[in-house]
Amino acid sequence: MAIPATGVAPSVEDLARRDRKPSVTSRPRKAKITLWSVIKTLLFYAMLIFLAVGMLLPFLWMITTSLEPPGTAFSYPPKILPTTFDLTSYRQLFTLVPFARYFLNTLIVTAATVVGQTIFCSTAAYAFARLQFIGRKALFILFLATMMIPFQVTMIPLFLMVFQLGWVNTYFGLIGPGISSAFGIFLLRQAFLTIPRDYQDAARIDGASEWTVFFRIFLPLTKPALATVGVFSFMGTWNDLLWPLLVSRDEEHRTLELGLAYFNASASAFQQPNWPLMMAAAVVVLVPVLAVYIFAQRYFVAGISLSGVK
Amino acid sequence: MPTDSAAGRRSADNLWKRFWGRHNDRAGYLFTLPAGLHLAVFVLVPILFSVYLSFHEWTSPRFLDAPFVGLQNYAKLIGDVPFWHAVKNTLIYTFVSVPFGMAVSLFLAVIVNRRIPGINVFRAVFFLPVITSWVAVSVIWITLLAPDGGLLNYLFGQVGLPGQHWLDSERWAMFAIIVITVWKGAGFQMVIWMAGLQSVPTEILEAASIDGAGKFRSFWHVTVPLLFPTTFFLLVTGVIGGLQVFTPMYVITKGGPLGATDVAVYHIYKRAFQEFSMGYASAQAWVLFGIIFLATLIQLAYAKRRGESALA
Repeated sequence: MAIPATGVAPSVEDLARRDRKPSVTSRPRKAKITLWSVIKTLLFYAMLIFLAVGMLLPFLWMITTSLEPPGTAFSYPPKILPTTFDLTSYRQLFTLVPFARYFLNTLIVTAATVVGQTIFCSTAAYAFARLQFIGRKALFILFLATMMIPFQVTMIPLFLMVFQLGWVNTYFGLIGPGISSAFGIFLLRQAFLTIPRDYQDAARIDGASEWTVFFRIFLPLTKPALATVGVFSFMGTWNDLLWPLLVSRDEEHRTLELGLAYFNASASAFQQPNWPLMMAAAVVVLVPVLAVYIFAQRYFVAGISLSGVK
Repeated sequence: MPTDSAAGRRSADNLWKRFWGRHNDRAGYLFTLPAGLHLAVFVLVPILFSVYLSFHEWTSPRFLDAPFVGLQNYAKLIGDVPFWHAVKNTLIYTFVSVPFGMAVSLFLAVIVNRRIPGINVFRAVFFLPVITSWVAVSVIWITLLAPDGGLLNYLFGQVGLPGQHWLDSERWAMFAIIVITVWKGAGFQMVIWMAGLQSVPTEILEAASIDGAGKFRSFWHVTVPLLFPTTFFLLVTGVIGGLQVFTPMYVITKGGPLGATDVAVYHIYKRAFQEFSMGYASAQAWVLFGIIFLATLIQLAYAKRRGESALA
């Protein structure tokens, strides 16, 4: 996100707009059912199904190929739906290649990043939204301004620093740069701003410390925004390639993404690629993200709309 | 003089009290500290360090062996044909894939933006590629586009079109990556378009239809202009993201064939981490930042001239 955000609370108009029902979607439907309207609906669904199949085809292909006996060449004609159910490739993935290790590494790095992001971003966001201190505005603008600088500018010095610290091939090196982000702070600040001031004041009058106000009142009230930050950092870390590529030089600390990329590179350089094995690897990389997506679908969409509309 | 220093101490005391004494201020600093430290160590220091690097001939990851070369890295860059070739490829990638992707995703948004049974399933399906990783997507498409036995060439053969070596031909490789990009990113932009579509007031559309405007006319003359903030947002963020593309080129084509998909970030990556010309690569990174910044400024200026609030 490179847009300098204005960082104001949603206006009354915004809230009103949000409360109103989505207008375009609920246009009054025509009461009469004619033959033409039925045909039109059927044609519309046909188009939707056609597009959906186009979107899903690569995934079907992945699953079908992964269930082929390993080492088999492409069949002719190519199969879209699985006809064999051979799990050898999946087994090989964990015996021939240390994919279990990669999986564990990715899990550790992602979990640490998500925890770090939710803690660091929420405390800073709370300060920027709810506390008065000298230099608050300037500091917030500085935070937002760093979003302008692309990662490519900082990756070389970051690598040199990590190298000097001896953090190459360590979890510290993998996790360090990701544990807070200006984007997360911005998103949570917006959420904290929507909570009425009275809540804060009432708790203070009751003698609550600033930490208690934050932890017992603000965090529980902004769970959806926290979940959005969590989901976004999960997705970003799980799917990241560039940074692990720089700091994981040995197999011990390789992530799934990196493992899959190396796997692919070595396959095409030294031998005819083993397609079923490759596709099984892709499935293993994708399944956890899919699982999280199924459970946290609305937070994905909320995060996107928030990054886009605000 | 004693009185002066006492006064000085007093005012310093006051300042200190103003800075630290108030309960609220102290809490503010403590709450900002973790993220602030992180920002300083992992963002601000590297930015300054990167400027420093770009003026030095830094050829190893070790410290203290880097001679100062002034603007030499930047001067060398001017005549560096492969770098500018990579920049050109980056621009082609960005300025083809972004409008193409925006058009496709707007189309998807319009067709799923209605309440009919099962529409959520379709929305989820169109969104699916967004959450999948670039590496996995790349590997899948490598097999789909394989010249022998890949699905696409088979389908082409069925309708009588000649198969292609999609990823090993200078002519098609970039085109193929652009298509993959659009397939992967359309769902993301679709969600943002949908939010934009839902903010178009029904009254205006009703007024247009009373005035006799057909569906296409009112879409083109009412909805599209009202979507300008969304369009603008997608354009700006799309261009910024496009100019930073790396993973598909790294995984699918390694910048090949013959440099046809060598893009700026991949080029910088090779210079820095394969040739260890870290100073020179830093200069290139700053030039890339300059290009991104310039592209953003031009777009902002355009939006301003249109008299629209640029940031929705």
